[in-house]
Amino acid sequence: MHELGITQNIVAIVNEYAQGAKVQRVVVEIGKLSAIMPEAINFCFDICTQGTFLEGATLEIIEIPGLARCRQCGAEIAIDKPFGICQCGSVHLDILTGEELKIKEIEVEEVCV
Amino acid sequence: MCVTCGCSDDADGKITNLETGETEHNHHHTHTLPDGTVITHSHDHHDHRNHVHDHETSQIHAKIHGTTISLEQEILGKNNLIAAQNRGWFKGRNILALNLMSSPGAGKTTLLTRTINDLKHQLPISVIEGDQETINDAQKIKETGCKVVQINTGTGCHLDASMIERGLQQLNPPLNSVLMIENVGNLVCPALFDLGEQAKVVILSVTEGEDKPIKYPHMFRASEMMILTKIDLLPYVQFDVQRCIEYAQQVNPQMQIFQVSATTGAGLDTWYKWLTAKVMNYSNFITT
Repeated sequence: MHELGITQNIVAIVNEYAQGAKVQRVVVEIGKLSAIMPEAINFCFDICTQGTFLEGATLEIIEIPGLARCRQCGAEIAIDKPFGICQCGSVHLDILTGEELKIKEIEVEEVCV
Repeated sequence: MCVTCGCSDDADGKITNLETGETEHNHHHTHTLPDGTVITHSHDHHDHRNHVHDHETSQIHAKIHGTTISLEQEILGKNNLIAAQNRGWFKGRNILALNLMSSPGAGKTTLLTRTINDLKHQLPISVIEGDQETINDAQKIKETGCKVVQINTGTGCHLDASMIERGLQQLNPPLNSVLMIENVGNLVCPALFDLGEQAKVVILSVTEGEDKPIKYPHMFRASEMMILTKIDLLPYVQFDVQRCIEYAQQVNPQMQIFQVSATTGAGLDTWYKWLTAKVMNYSNFITT
Protein backbone atom coordinates (compact mmCIF):
# COMPACT_ATOMS: atom_id res chain seq x y z
CA MET A 1 0.00 0.00 0.00
CA HIS A 2 2.90 2.37 0.55
CA GLU A 3 4.19 1.51 -2.93
CA LEU A 4 2.13 4.33 -4.43
CA GLY A 5 3.95 6.88 -2.29
CA ILE A 6 7.28 5.22 -3.04
CA THR A 7 6.56 5.34 -6.77
CA GLN A 8 5.60 9.00 -6.49
CA ASN A 9 8.97 9.58 -4.84
CA ILE A 10 10.74 7.80 -7.70
CA VAL A 11 8.90 9.92 -10.27
CA ALA A 12 9.60 13.16 -8.38
CA ILE A 13 13.33 12.41 -8.01
CA VAL A 14 13.74 11.38 -11.64
CA ASN A 15 11.76 14.40 -12.85
CA GLU A 16 14.10 16.64 -10.91
CA TYR A 17 17.24 15.09 -12.40
CA ALA A 18 15.91 14.82 -15.95
CA GLN A 19 15.65 18.62 -16.12
CA GLY A 20 13.04 18.67 -18.81
CA ALA A 21 14.44 15.85 -20.93
CA LYS A 22 12.22 12.94 -21.84
CA VAL A 23 13.05 9.91 -19.74
CA GLN A 24 13.30 6.60 -21.57
CA ARG A 25 14.38 4.23 -18.84
CA VAL A 26 14.55 4.16 -15.06
CA VAL A 27 16.58 1.56 -13.18
CA VAL A 28 15.80 1.01 -9.50
CA GLU A 29 17.27 -1.34 -6.92
CA ILE A 30 14.84 -2.89 -4.48
CA GLY A 31 16.08 -5.18 -1.75
CA LYS A 32 14.05 -8.28 -1.03
CA LEU A 33 13.92 -7.33 2.65
CA SER A 34 12.76 -3.77 2.03
CA ALA A 35 9.01 -4.39 2.49
CA ILE A 36 8.40 -3.08 -1.02
CA MET A 37 6.68 -5.20 -3.63
CA PRO A 38 8.25 -4.76 -7.07
CA GLU A 39 4.97 -5.80 -8.74
CA ALA A 40 3.14 -2.99 -6.98
CA ILE A 41 5.81 -0.45 -7.99
CA ASN A 42 5.45 -1.62 -11.58
CA PHE A 43 1.70 -1.28 -11.34
CA CYS A 44 1.89 2.25 -9.92
CA PHE A 45 4.63 3.42 -12.27
CA ASP A 46 2.48 3.79 -15.37
CA ILE A 47 -0.14 5.72 -13.44
CA CYS A 48 2.31 7.99 -11.63
CA THR A 49 4.25 8.87 -14.76
CA GLN A 50 1.25 10.11 -16.72
CA GLY A 51 1.72 13.72 -17.77
CA THR A 52 5.37 13.78 -16.61
CA PHE A 53 8.68 13.58 -18.44
CA LEU A 54 8.65 9.89 -17.55
CA GLU A 55 5.51 9.02 -19.47
CA GLY A 56 6.16 5.93 -21.56
CA ALA A 57 9.49 5.20 -19.88
CA THR A 58 10.40 1.61 -19.08
CA LEU A 59 11.02 0.64 -15.49
CA GLU A 60 13.72 -1.87 -14.68
CA ILE A 61 13.75 -3.30 -11.19
CA ILE A 62 16.87 -5.00 -9.90
CA GLU A 63 15.99 -7.14 -6.90
CA ILE A 64 18.77 -7.50 -4.36
CA PRO A 65 18.68 -10.71 -2.32
CA GLY A 66 18.91 -10.65 1.46
CA LEU A 67 22.22 -11.48 3.10
CA ALA A 68 23.04 -11.37 6.80
CA ARG A 69 26.07 -11.99 9.00
CA CYS A 70 25.77 -13.85 12.27
CA ARG A 71 27.15 -11.85 15.17
CA GLN A 72 28.02 -14.99 17.07
CA CYS A 73 29.92 -17.10 14.54
CA GLY A 74 30.45 -14.65 11.69
CA ALA A 75 28.80 -16.86 9.07
CA GLU A 76 27.04 -15.20 6.17
CA ILE A 77 23.58 -16.54 5.51
CA ALA A 78 20.96 -15.89 2.85
CA ILE A 79 17.63 -14.70 4.25
CA ASP A 80 14.31 -13.99 2.58
CA LYS A 81 12.74 -12.10 5.49
CA PRO A 82 14.32 -9.53 7.80
CA PHE A 83 15.15 -12.10 10.49
CA GLY A 84 16.36 -15.66 10.69
CA ILE A 85 18.33 -18.25 12.62
CA CYS A 86 21.97 -19.07 11.93
CA GLN A 87 23.16 -22.67 11.83
CA CYS A 88 24.94 -21.98 15.13
CA GLY A 89 21.53 -21.25 16.66
CA SER A 90 21.93 -17.50 17.04
CA VAL A 91 19.22 -15.05 16.00
CA HIS A 92 21.56 -12.05 16.32
CA LEU A 93 21.99 -11.19 12.67
CA ASP A 94 23.27 -8.04 10.99
CA ILE A 95 21.63 -7.51 7.63
CA LEU A 96 24.24 -6.85 4.95
CA THR A 97 22.13 -6.54 1.81
CA GLY A 98 18.48 -6.69 0.88
CA GLU A 99 17.26 -3.40 2.35
CA GLU A 100 18.14 -1.28 -0.71
CA LEU A 101 15.66 1.24 -2.02
CA LYS A 102 17.48 3.23 -4.60
CA ILE A 103 17.26 4.80 -8.04
CA LYS A 104 20.37 3.52 -9.74
CA GLU A 105 20.32 5.29 -13.07
CA ILE A 106 18.11 6.87 -15.67
CA GLU A 107 18.34 7.19 -19.40
CA VAL A 108 17.17 10.44 -20.91
CA GLU A 109 16.58 11.36 -24.50
CA GLU A 110 18.91 13.97 -25.90
CA VAL A 111 18.60 15.61 -29.25
CA CYS A 112 21.86 16.16 -31.01
CA VAL A 113 22.35 19.34 -32.99
CA MET B 1 25.14 4.19 -26.85
CA CYS B 2 27.29 6.91 -28.35
CA VAL B 3 25.57 10.23 -28.26
CA THR B 4 26.68 11.20 -31.72
CA CYS B 5 26.89 8.14 -33.84
CA GLY B 6 24.91 5.49 -32.05
CA CYS B 7 27.77 3.07 -31.55
CA SER B 8 28.05 1.19 -28.32
CA ASP B 9 30.14 2.73 -25.58
CA ASP B 10 30.24 -0.28 -23.32
CA ALA B 11 33.99 -0.48 -23.35
CA ASP B 12 34.53 3.21 -22.68
CA GLY B 13 35.21 4.89 -19.37
CA LYS B 14 32.25 6.57 -17.74
CA ILE B 15 32.98 9.36 -15.30
CA THR B 16 30.18 9.97 -12.86
CA ASN B 17 30.03 13.07 -10.75
CA LEU B 18 28.13 11.87 -7.70
CA GLU B 19 27.47 15.43 -6.58
CA THR B 20 25.56 16.41 -9.69
CA GLY B 21 24.54 12.94 -10.77
CA GLU B 22 25.78 13.72 -14.26
CA THR B 23 27.69 11.29 -16.32
CA GLU B 24 30.31 12.33 -18.82
CA HIS B 25 31.44 10.05 -21.58
CA ASN B 26 34.77 10.24 -23.27
CA HIS B 27 34.36 8.10 -26.31
CA HIS B 28 36.96 6.35 -28.31
CA HIS B 29 35.18 4.82 -31.24
CA THR B 30 36.22 2.59 -33.98
CA HIS B 31 34.17 2.72 -37.15
CA THR B 32 34.40 0.51 -40.14
CA LEU B 33 33.40 2.46 -43.20
CA PRO B 34 31.54 0.88 -46.12
CA ASP B 35 34.75 0.73 -48.13
CA GLY B 36 36.49 -1.25 -45.39
CA THR B 37 38.54 1.61 -43.93
CA VAL B 38 38.79 1.48 -40.14
CA ILE B 39 38.85 4.82 -38.33
CA THR B 40 39.04 5.73 -34.67
CA HIS B 41 37.84 8.96 -33.12
CA SER B 42 37.10 10.34 -29.73
CA HIS B 43 34.88 13.14 -28.47
CA ASP B 44 32.72 14.15 -25.58
CA HIS B 45 29.16 15.40 -25.57
CA HIS B 46 29.99 19.05 -25.53
CA ASP B 47 32.06 18.89 -28.67
CA HIS B 48 29.34 17.79 -31.00
CA ARG B 49 28.91 21.09 -32.75
CA ASN B 50 32.59 21.41 -33.52
CA HIS B 51 33.03 17.79 -34.24
CA VAL B 52 33.77 17.07 -37.85
CA HIS B 53 33.59 13.56 -39.16
CA ASP B 54 35.71 12.91 -42.17
CA HIS B 55 33.51 10.16 -43.47
CA GLU B 56 30.09 9.84 -44.96
CA THR B 57 28.57 7.90 -42.11
CA SER B 58 28.45 11.08 -40.07
CA GLN B 59 25.42 12.11 -42.06
CA ILE B 60 23.35 9.19 -40.85
CA HIS B 61 24.27 9.61 -37.20
CA ALA B 62 21.30 9.33 -34.92
CA LYS B 63 19.68 12.60 -34.06
CA ILE B 64 17.94 11.32 -30.96
CA HIS B 65 19.63 9.03 -28.50
CA GLY B 66 19.63 8.10 -24.86
CA THR B 67 22.07 9.36 -22.26
CA THR B 68 22.44 7.36 -19.11
CA ILE B 69 22.69 9.36 -15.92
CA SER B 70 23.88 7.57 -12.82
CA LEU B 71 21.75 8.74 -9.88
CA GLU B 72 22.36 6.39 -6.95
CA GLN B 73 19.62 8.24 -5.10
CA GLU B 74 17.90 6.82 -2.04
CA ILE B 75 14.19 6.77 -2.80
CA LEU B 76 13.45 7.77 0.79
CA GLY B 77 16.39 10.19 0.85
CA LYS B 78 14.24 13.29 1.14
CA ASN B 79 12.25 11.87 4.02
CA ASN B 80 15.45 10.81 5.78
CA LEU B 81 16.90 14.29 5.36
CA ILE B 82 13.87 15.97 6.90
CA ALA B 83 13.85 13.34 9.66
CA ALA B 84 17.47 14.22 10.44
CA GLN B 85 16.50 17.89 10.62
CA ASN B 86 13.65 17.02 12.99
CA ARG B 87 16.08 15.01 15.11
CA GLY B 88 18.35 18.03 15.40
CA TRP B 89 15.38 20.22 16.24
CA PHE B 90 14.40 17.85 19.07
CA LYS B 91 17.94 17.62 20.34
CA GLY B 92 18.38 21.38 20.46
CA ARG B 93 15.23 21.69 22.55
CA ASN B 94 15.90 18.64 24.68
CA ILE B 95 12.68 16.99 23.54
CA LEU B 96 12.46 13.21 23.64
CA ALA B 97 10.30 12.09 20.71
CA LEU B 98 8.77 8.60 20.54
CA ASN B 99 7.00 7.13 17.54
CA LEU B 100 4.13 4.91 18.71
CA MET B 101 2.90 2.39 16.18
CA SER B 102 0.39 -0.46 16.14
CA SER B 103 -2.45 -1.90 14.13
CA PRO B 104 -5.77 -0.01 14.41
CA GLY B 105 -7.52 -0.66 17.70
CA ALA B 106 -4.53 -1.93 19.68
CA GLY B 107 -5.09 0.78 22.27
CA LYS B 108 -2.50 3.45 21.50
CA THR B 109 -4.74 6.35 22.42
CA THR B 110 -5.98 4.71 25.62
CA LEU B 111 -2.42 3.94 26.71
CA LEU B 112 -1.39 7.47 25.83
CA THR B 113 -4.17 9.24 27.74
CA ARG B 114 -3.51 7.04 30.78
CA THR B 115 0.24 7.73 30.58
CA ILE B 116 -0.29 11.48 30.27
CA ASN B 117 -2.71 11.55 33.21
CA ASP B 118 -0.39 9.50 35.41
CA LEU B 119 2.79 11.39 34.53
CA LYS B 120 1.63 14.94 33.88
CA HIS B 121 3.04 16.24 37.16
CA GLN B 122 6.46 14.72 36.47
CA LEU B 123 6.91 14.92 32.72
CA PRO B 124 5.59 17.56 30.34
CA ILE B 125 4.14 15.56 27.42
CA SER B 126 2.72 16.80 24.13
CA VAL B 127 1.25 14.75 21.31
CA ILE B 128 1.07 14.59 17.54
CA GLU B 129 -1.85 12.41 16.49
CA GLY B 130 -1.88 10.71 13.12
CA ASP B 131 -5.04 9.31 11.58
CA GLN B 132 -6.46 9.11 8.11
CA GLU B 133 -9.55 11.03 9.15
CA THR B 134 -11.26 12.74 12.13
CA ILE B 135 -9.90 14.69 15.09
CA ASN B 136 -11.44 12.26 17.59
CA ASP B 137 -8.15 11.06 19.04
CA ALA B 138 -6.77 14.57 19.39
CA GLN B 139 -9.91 15.53 21.29
CA LYS B 140 -9.40 12.62 23.70
CA ILE B 141 -5.82 13.73 24.28
CA LYS B 142 -6.89 17.36 24.70
CA GLU B 143 -9.17 16.35 27.56
CA THR B 144 -6.07 15.39 29.55
CA GLY B 145 -4.97 19.02 29.28
CA CYS B 146 -1.88 18.41 27.17
CA LYS B 147 -0.86 20.10 23.95
CA VAL B 148 -1.88 18.15 20.84
CA VAL B 149 -2.13 18.52 17.08
CA GLN B 150 -3.86 16.13 14.74
CA ILE B 151 -2.48 15.21 11.37
CA ASN B 152 -4.95 13.67 8.96
CA THR B 153 -3.18 11.81 6.24
CA GLY B 154 -6.26 11.41 4.01
CA THR B 155 -5.41 8.50 1.77
CA GLY B 156 -1.91 8.16 3.29
CA CYS B 157 -1.25 5.12 5.44
CA HIS B 158 1.59 6.53 7.57
CA LEU B 159 3.12 9.74 8.90
CA ASP B 160 6.24 11.04 7.21
CA ALA B 161 8.97 13.39 8.36
CA SER B 162 7.63 16.46 6.57
CA MET B 163 4.22 16.03 8.24
CA ILE B 164 5.99 16.01 11.60
CA GLU B 165 7.98 19.09 10.62
CA ARG B 166 4.76 20.95 9.87
CA GLY B 167 3.07 19.51 12.94
CA LEU B 168 5.89 20.78 15.16
CA GLN B 169 5.39 24.33 13.92
CA GLN B 170 1.77 24.14 15.01
CA LEU B 171 2.41 22.28 18.23
CA ASN B 172 5.46 24.21 19.41
CA PRO B 173 6.27 21.71 22.19
CA PRO B 174 8.04 23.14 25.27
CA LEU B 175 11.76 22.74 25.97
CA ASN B 176 12.75 19.72 28.09
CA SER B 177 9.65 17.69 27.34
CA VAL B 178 8.42 14.45 25.80
CA LEU B 179 6.70 14.31 22.41
CA MET B 180 4.53 11.29 21.69
CA ILE B 181 3.82 10.76 18.02
CA GLU B 182 0.87 8.45 17.56
CA ASN B 183 1.26 7.06 14.07
CA VAL B 184 -1.55 5.92 11.79
CA GLY B 185 -2.79 2.47 12.83
CA ASN B 186 -0.83 0.20 10.49
CA LEU B 187 1.85 -2.42 11.07
CA VAL B 188 3.47 -2.11 7.66
CA CYS B 189 4.23 1.31 6.21
CA PRO B 190 5.11 3.37 9.32
CA ALA B 191 8.13 1.09 9.87
CA LEU B 192 9.76 2.49 6.73
CA PHE B 193 9.50 6.18 7.49
CA ASP B 194 11.92 7.80 9.89
CA LEU B 195 10.26 10.79 11.56
CA GLY B 196 13.28 11.94 13.53
CA GLU B 197 12.16 10.18 16.71
CA GLN B 198 14.52 8.84 19.38
CA ALA B 199 12.82 5.47 19.44
CA LYS B 200 10.05 3.55 17.78
CA VAL B 201 7.63 1.77 20.09
CA VAL B 202 5.29 -0.92 18.82
CA ILE B 203 2.08 -1.66 20.68
CA LEU B 204 0.42 -5.04 20.37
CA SER B 205 -2.81 -6.01 22.13
CA VAL B 206 -3.68 -9.49 23.35
CA THR B 207 -6.87 -9.42 21.27
CA GLU B 208 -4.66 -9.78 18.19
CA GLY B 209 -2.71 -12.84 17.08
CA GLU B 210 0.44 -13.70 19.03
CA ASP B 211 2.28 -14.25 15.74
CA LYS B 212 2.06 -10.59 14.70
CA PRO B 213 5.83 -10.12 15.28
CA ILE B 214 6.73 -12.68 12.61
CA LYS B 215 3.86 -11.65 10.35
CA TYR B 216 4.99 -8.02 10.36
CA PRO B 217 8.71 -8.39 11.01
CA HIS B 218 9.75 -4.99 9.63
CA MET B 219 7.76 -3.20 12.26
CA PHE B 220 8.99 -5.36 15.14
CA ARG B 221 12.57 -5.20 13.95
CA ALA B 222 12.51 -1.41 13.67
CA SER B 223 11.07 -0.92 17.16
CA GLU B 224 13.18 -0.59 20.28
CA MET B 225 10.38 -1.83 22.50
CA MET B 226 7.07 -3.61 22.42
CA ILE B 227 4.20 -2.87 24.76
CA LEU B 228 1.77 -5.74 25.06
CA THR B 229 -1.54 -4.12 26.01
CA LYS B 230 -4.97 -5.17 27.31
CA ILE B 231 -3.45 -7.92 29.47
CA ASP B 232 -6.53 -7.66 31.71
CA LEU B 233 -8.35 -9.47 28.87
CA LEU B 234 -6.01 -12.49 28.88
CA PRO B 235 -8.50 -14.75 30.71
CA TYR B 236 -11.02 -14.23 27.90
CA VAL B 237 -8.83 -14.60 24.81
CA GLN B 238 -6.59 -17.26 23.36
CA PHE B 239 -3.28 -15.48 23.38
CA ASP B 240 -0.04 -17.24 24.21
CA VAL B 241 2.07 -14.50 25.82
CA GLN B 242 5.21 -16.62 26.00
CA ARG B 243 5.04 -17.56 22.37
CA CYS B 244 4.44 -13.95 21.38
CA ILE B 245 7.56 -12.90 23.29
CA GLU B 246 9.57 -15.66 21.63
CA TYR B 247 8.44 -14.50 18.21
CA ALA B 248 9.29 -10.90 19.02
CA GLN B 249 12.75 -11.83 20.26
CA GLN B 250 13.35 -13.96 17.22
CA VAL B 251 12.73 -10.97 14.97
CA ASN B 252 14.44 -8.49 17.27
CA PRO B 253 16.68 -10.04 19.96
CA GLN B 254 17.39 -6.64 21.56
CA MET B 255 13.75 -5.71 21.94
CA GLN B 256 12.44 -4.71 25.36
CA ILE B 257 8.98 -6.00 26.16
CA PHE B 258 6.44 -4.67 28.66
CA GLN B 259 3.08 -6.15 29.51
CA VAL B 260 0.48 -3.63 30.58
CA SER B 261 -3.19 -2.86 30.97
CA ALA B 262 -4.13 0.78 30.53
CA THR B 263 -7.52 -0.02 32.06
CA THR B 264 -6.41 -1.64 35.34
CA GLY B 265 -2.99 -0.01 35.44
CA ALA B 266 -1.19 -3.36 35.68
CA GLY B 267 2.43 -3.22 34.53
CA LEU B 268 2.35 0.48 33.75
CA ASP B 269 5.04 1.29 36.31
CA THR B 270 7.68 -0.56 34.24
CA TRP B 271 6.74 1.47 31.15
CA TYR B 272 6.86 4.71 33.16
CA LYS B 273 10.24 3.73 34.58
CA TRP B 274 11.56 3.06 31.08
CA LEU B 275 10.21 6.39 29.86
CA THR B 276 11.68 8.34 32.77
CA ALA B 277 15.06 6.62 32.37
CA LYS B 278 15.00 7.36 28.66
CA VAL B 279 14.37 11.04 29.36
CA MET B 280 17.21 11.10 31.91
CA ASN B 281 19.65 9.43 29.50
CA TYR B 282 18.61 11.69 26.69
CA SER B 283 19.06 14.78 28.85
CA ASN B 284 22.48 13.60 30.01
CA PHE B 285 23.42 13.03 26.44
CA ILE B 286 22.40 16.58 25.60
CA THR B 287 24.33 18.22 28.42
CA THR B 288 27.56 16.29 28.00
